[in-house]
This record gives sequence, structure tokens and C-alpha cells, in this order.
Amino acid sequence: MSKDERAGSRPDDEAGPTHGGPDDDYTPEQLATMDREELNRLGARYDGVEVLHVDPPPAPGSALEKQAERQVSMAFGIAGLFALAFAVVYFGSGWFLPDWQWASDDNGWSALYTPLLGVGMGGALIFLGVGMVLFVKKLLPHETAVQDKHDGSHFDRTTTAATLMGGVDRVGFPRRKMIGRSLGFAGGALGLVLIAPIGGLIKNPNKGNPLGTTEWAQGVRLVRQDGSPVRPGDQEPGSLETVFPAVPGGNLAADAATMLIRLRPEQMSLLQPRQGQADFGYGDYVAYSKICTHAGCPVSLYEQETSRILCPCHQSQFDVIQGAKPVFGPATRPLPELPITLDDEGYFVARSDYIEAVGPTYWNRERI
Amino acid sequence: MATTITPNQPAPRISKAASEVDERLIVAGPLRRTLNKVFPDHWSFLLGEIALYSFVILLLSGTFLTFYYDPSLSETEYEGIYAPLRGVEMSRAYESSLGISFDVRGGLLIRQIHHWAALLFVAAIVVHLLRIFFTGAFRKPRETNWGIGVVLLVLALAMGFTGYTLPDDLLSGTGLRIVSAIILSIPVVGTWVHWALFDGDYVGEVILGRLYIVHVLILPAIILALIALHLLLLIKQKHTQFPGPGRTEHNVVGNRLFPAFAGKATALFFIVFGLCAGLAGLVQINPFWLWGPYNPAQVSAGSQPDWYIGFLDGSTRLFPAWDINLPGDYTIPALFWPTVVIAGAMFTLLALYPQIERKLTGDDASHHLLQRPRDVPVRTSIGAMALMFYGVLWLSGGNDLIADKFDISLNAMTWFGRIGCVVLPPIAYMITYRICLGLQKHDREVLEHGIETGVIRRLPSGEFIEVHQPLGPVDEHGHGQLTYAGAPVPKRMNQVGGARRAVKGFFKPIEQPSDVELEAQRERRGLAAAEADREVTSGRPSEGGRPSEGGRPSEGGRPQDPRD
Repeated sequence: MSKDERAGSRPDDEAGPTHGGPDDDYTPEQLATMDREELNRLGARYDGVEVLHVDPPPAPGSALEKQAERQVSMAFGIAGLFALAFAVVYFGSGWFLPDWQWASDDNGWSALYTPLLGVGMGGALIFLGVGMVLFVKKLLPHETAVQDKHDGSHFDRTTTAATLMGGVDRVGFPRRKMIGRSLGFAGGALGLVLIAPIGGLIKNPNKGNPLGTTEWAQGVRLVRQDGSPVRPGDQEPGSLETVFPAVPGGNLAADAATMLIRLRPEQMSLLQPRQGQADFGYGDYVAYSKICTHAGCPVSLYEQETSRILCPCHQSQFDVIQGAKPVFGPATRPLPELPITLDDEGYFVARSDYIEAVGPTYWNRERI
Repeated sequence: MATTITPNQPAPRISKAASEVDERLIVAGPLRRTLNKVFPDHWSFLLGEIALYSFVILLLSGTFLTFYYDPSLSETEYEGIYAPLRGVEMSRAYESSLGISFDVRGGLLIRQIHHWAALLFVAAIVVHLLRIFFTGAFRKPRETNWGIGVVLLVLALAMGFTGYTLPDDLLSGTGLRIVSAIILSIPVVGTWVHWALFDGDYVGEVILGRLYIVHVLILPAIILALIALHLLLLIKQKHTQFPGPGRTEHNVVGNRLFPAFAGKATALFFIVFGLCAGLAGLVQINPFWLWGPYNPAQVSAGSQPDWYIGFLDGSTRLFPAWDINLPGDYTIPALFWPTVVIAGAMFTLLALYPQIERKLTGDDASHHLLQRPRDVPVRTSIGAMALMFYGVLWLSGGNDLIADKFDISLNAMTWFGRIGCVVLPPIAYMITYRICLGLQKHDREVLEHGIETGVIRRLPSGEFIEVHQPLGPVDEHGHGQLTYAGAPVPKRMNQVGGARRAVKGFFKPIEQPSDVELEAQRERRGLAAAEADREVTSGRPSEGGRPSEGGRPSEGGRPQDPRD
């Protein structure tokens, strides 16, 4: 080793008393006498790896090797062709190929564009992978190596514990109680400061009963999706129509959608409204909330033969002639009924908002 | 290969550059240790890698999608290229999702790659988890990594949910509505949590923007960190391995990382990516332009979530209508149990399973050798039971479609699920237990009596016997003396060299048949020599299964070298 001439260095300065390591065991001269395979094995041994045996690859120039090389090259070649095909389709579309963009009346090219891209990209990647697998399996020597596994060292545990505990002792919090407590106080208070911004998310869900009210109110007309009002003669007996409150944005309100159902005469004779809600309907019309009392999906499937309304999300079933009582499935509450009447012009209006919360049940929902 | 360089020196210029790098970064040691790391050579160890590669694909394709997506709920009128929706009022989120599919060149392909990779991501995690579970790879010292894996699974599900909500089409809006109801169903704090997340009542203005940042920033960052930790622990603890010749609790037998394993792993990445791309091109997924924009008053029949949420949809369909009414107008909604409680209980049990098993079996030792599922019939049967429960729930998540396609009563399907999720799991337990015992017995039978050769011999007395091929030395009664050691027992003559390998060549033989014969003889001699050292089916160190002491050149008195 040449003399260290850097400023501040001493002539007897070496890389440290605990330097050790393989450089002490193997001088550069020794390593220079070893060939590459020996060095490879030496390094492996140093990492706890022993190469047990090596199945040699096919002999260079043998028919077996040539066959394997052909297969690997063919896979890579096909990958390249697929990639090129992708590029041609991707860049060529709208240039020398038909335009790729969707059109209802084109010659089908827009429907082929994405599949062709997928085949090009997928084929290129898969054949690249297949070529690499073939290469590893057929042309690399198959080596079986074994590596040592260590379950942690007692020496490490003991010495680390000593270092840690020594440090803790020197800090001395168990003894210096005042510092410990004041630091705990400061840390706790600072933690509060750090989580305080999350407090901005908190809002009171009970202010003004937002879950218990909808856009419906006394005198609000029942209108269809397109805003047209509904008259008693508009619907056939046995039919269902979805109506919304005639207020701005009413047709997109999350909880206001209502089913206006005209009952058939035989359904009328069996009708059993819920207690105290006998006058909520109007003539042979009843209006129930469309929002499922289970998970809030719109209940949409009305089977007038059985008078049942089915929710397509979790298959709760409600019986229209029993006040929309749940008769099967996971829902627990009837669909709330909207009290309706006619206004001066003969259109349906609500007599009030729903008298209970519509939609899914929650912790402090008032029961009626 | 260049011929002018000496065999032990790389090309001088590269060598010099490499030295320059190492003088600054000191990476030669760690790099050599990494290249020398031994990976077990078994296909089931690649399942986790498929999950990892799917995640990489998700990051790549997802980054592309963020360039075009806008998580805004403000209303706008669609004016894009897709004619059937032109003039329809919709959110910016839905409009920009349509834009990715129709107005961005190749956008549909990337979006579908993203969706397919997401499905594959969760599927690979689940199959990887099953492999770990059924082979006992979660046992000490790997409980922590098992826990991290379960957390990753939950986060993957959360990724999936937040992801498929973003397009704001009719289907994803329906899913969001159900999640809103689930949050509301939490006792005491449900409404408060809902108001915090949605900034008020459903649906509000902000939820999509929040889900978006959760989907593209918060969850990926956590997942990335946990994956790093997962792999770090794996490298630190080293791989488990199946028992077999020369494999012990104190070694790993397989391929070194470089070049064989690195080649295979890279190839697998390309194949997984190619598979996603091919699927994305050929198999349409979530064509949300057909569903239309979200409207709280509309829903389509057969609304189903992605497959991995299906079991919760099923449990929600099956759970009976049991609200718990408490005094003072307080209610615990029925919806709370099949969603929050069941999912919470399932994932908690899953995460704690290593600790539970350790408590029950009292097995406190470290294990690096895997178990065959048949050798641990109780655990295997518990797994089968859990899978059956999951399967019934999952099937019930599509019970309306099954009822429709097979013309079965919908209510009958629901009752099948309700009864099935209670009755079928114990039956699965019992059947699996018997199968495990039967397989165990057969292993021992083969070790004792040998492999059935299919050769029938008539004895002079007139009795017919089948000739058995013993697997090892036999005692005076002809019974094998090998003991079972947790490794697969060969059961066909071909597995013990009963048939020679075919001569290679597609159109004409490209090998000399005599060479193949010579190779087979060499192999047989090699096997015989190896058997002299160690017992074939034994993997225990006490039985001399350890092939080498490994070790470094000099450890003379010094404590263990720093390894990392």
C-alpha cells in the first residue's frame, strides 16, 4: 500500500482495527491467480452459497444447441413482429389506415382498433417472455445451489441490547421524572396539533335532520324525469311511474325519487295501508319512496301480478298492497309512503314530506 | 465473446468504470450477495411475483389514465365522439372517462389493461395467500409478513373499490350508494363518519375527488411501502422450501438470482403484462358507456361488483332482516352485520391465524421447511371450510343471475345460500379431513410396499400377486424401510426412472439415441452416489440431510460478519 499523503492522515493510520473481511484473507495477488469460475464460487461460498452441481447446457455447436437457439430466436423474432404490428396499427390509423375513432356507421375498423392493439402489445410481450423462458431453460446451465440460512445471532442480540440499554440509562428518563413528564405533555399536545386539521372534516349530521328530510313538501308537484306533471288519468291500472319533486335539481336528488303506482281494482280490494297512513294514497294511486330501506339502491322491478317490488341489488321484496312491507330478503322496513293529493289544476302534489326517513337505516333514525 | 481478455478480468473499460462506481458507492459486496441469493425452484413461489408484476402494470397504466381523468362531479353535456350519449347530462368524471375510452388514441386499451391488471392483482394475492396458508409458510418467524400480506389484500380491495367508483357511471354510482348505506349502518358513529367522508349527505360534491386522491396517491403509497417491507422481510428471512433431498431447516436449495432466476422472473413479468394487454384488447371489460351516467333513481338488473367484492355482496343478500331496536329510538341496522362485521371478522381471523395456530398447537419453533397440506389435516380442513364459506357467499353475490340463467326461484337461491353458508363448511371440513388421512395412508403404503408396477404374476400355488417396486432397501419381509419425511413420494414407475426420456427433435431426431442412453446411465450412477451420502426422502438435518456446511473461508474467532 502506498503512503497515505492526504492532509490529516497519519503514517500509521489504517482502515480501522476491526476492518477484517475478505480482503485480509485474500490478497489481490492471490485473487489474480484464480480464474473467473473459481472467483465466482469463492464469492458464493463467502455468501453462504454452495453450488452443488451444474447440469451443463447443450454442447456448443451441437444440434441440440442449434435447435434451442432457433426456438429462442424465433420467439424473439415473433415478439418483434407483433410489436411492429402494434406500431403500424397505432400510428397508421387515420394516416394510411382508416380512422380509429368510434363511429356507428364505419366499416368496422373502429371496433377492430383496440383488439388489434391488444393483440400486438400482448403478443409482443408474451413472446418476449416465452423466448426468455426458453433461453433460461434450454441454453443456460441448470445450477443447483444451496444457501445457508441463519436464525439471528445471540451475539447480535446481546450486544445490541447492551448498546440500547446503555443509551437509555445515560438519558435517564426513569430517574429524571420531571423531564419525562414535561416531554410527554409536549408530545401529546403536539400530536393534538398534528391531527387537528382532520377536525375540519367533521360535520354534525344531526343539524337540521338532513337524513330525515327530502325535497318533498306540501304542494310540491309530482313530475316525471322530463319535468312534466302527472294527472290521475295518465297511467294504466297496474302500472308504475318514477316521479320527482318539481323543484330545481329534483330529478337528480339522491333521496327524493318516488314510485307512483296505480293499483288494479282487485289490488285495491286487498289494500292494507300501514296504520295511520290509510289516507296517504289518492284514489287507486299510492306513492312509495324508490330508495330501498336496505342499502339505498333504487327499487325498480315491479311485478304487478304478485304486487311485489324487487330491489335488484340485494333482492329485498316489498308488497305494494301491504303498505310496501318487506316480505323477503334483507330489508327490514317498509318503503315510506308519500302522502299525495291533487292540486287545483288536477295534478298530483305531495301533501307533505315523507313522515319518516327514506333510505337505509342508521343509528338514530326515528321510528314511527 | 471477445478473445483478448484474460478469463478473470472483465473488459478493461467496464472494469474501470465499475471500480469507479464501487469506490464511491461501495456496492460490490451487497450486489454480489444479491446476485448469489438462492431462490427455491418451484412454480408456487411465483404466485406472489404475479401480484407484484400486476401492481407494476397498474402503476404504469394508471399513470397514463390520470393524464385524462377529471374527478369532478359538476354537470356537463356530453359532446364527444360517442353518438348514443351525445347531448346527455353527465358529470365531468363520466365525461372524461368516456373521453379516455373514445377520444384518446389507445386509451381504451390502457383503461382495460388497468382493469384486467386490477382483477389479476387481487386474484394473484388470494392464490398466493392460499399457497402460504396450506403449506404452513406463515409459521414462525414469518407471522409478521403474513400480517403485512393480509393488510395488502385489504388495501387491494380498497383500491379496487375506489377505482371502479371513479368513472361515475350507473354501476359504479350504485356501488357507491351501497357503500354510503354501509357507512351509515355503523352504530353510534356511522352518520358522523359519513358526514366526514362525503362532506354531508349522499352524494354531495366532493366524494369523487376524495376517492380519487385515495386511489392514486394514498393507497398506492401505502401499498408500495408495504410491498417493500414484505420483500425486505422475505430477503432477510430467506425463502421457505418444500422438504426434499438435501433440504433442511438451515438452508435454501434452488437457483441463484443471477442469471437463471432473474431471467425467469423478468420473463414472467413480460408474460403477465402481455396477458393483461391481450385480455385488454380482446375481452371487453366494464363497458360503462353502455350503463349511462349515474342517476340515484336508476339501476340496472344484475348489478354486480368486481369479483373480489362479490362475497360481501353475497353476505349482504343472505343476511336476514334483523334490525336490533334499542331503547330510545336507537337502531343497529341489519346491514351492519353482513358488511362491516363479517368482513372485519374474516380479515381479523385471517391476519391472526398464525398466532391462533401457534396457541392451539403449542408449536413455538421456527419453521423454514413447508408442510404438505395432507400432513396437517386440521389446518387444511379449516382452510377448506373457510373457502367453502367464502364460496357460498361469493356465489350468492350472483344469485339473481344464477336464478335467471338456470330458471331457479330467486328466493330458493337465497335460502340455499342462507342454509349453505352454515351447513356446507362443516361438511367441507369433514370431507377434506378424510381425504388428507387417505393421502397420508397411501404415502406410507407406497413407502412400505413399493410402487404398483401393474405387472401381475401368478405364483406356483396359483395365487396372483401384483409386483411392487420398493423405493429403497427392504427388510426380510420385503417391507420398505424408508420413513416418511414430508416430501412427495413417487407413485408411478416413470417418476423413478421407469421410462427414459424421449430423444429430442421435431422432424427428425437431433440426438444420438446412444447419447441419451449414456446420459441416463450417468444419471443413475450419480443418483446412486448421492444416495450413499443421504437418504432420498429425508430432509432432516439429524438424518444427515445437510449437503454442505457452506461457511466462509475464515471465521477464526471473529463474530459473525456484518451481512447486509
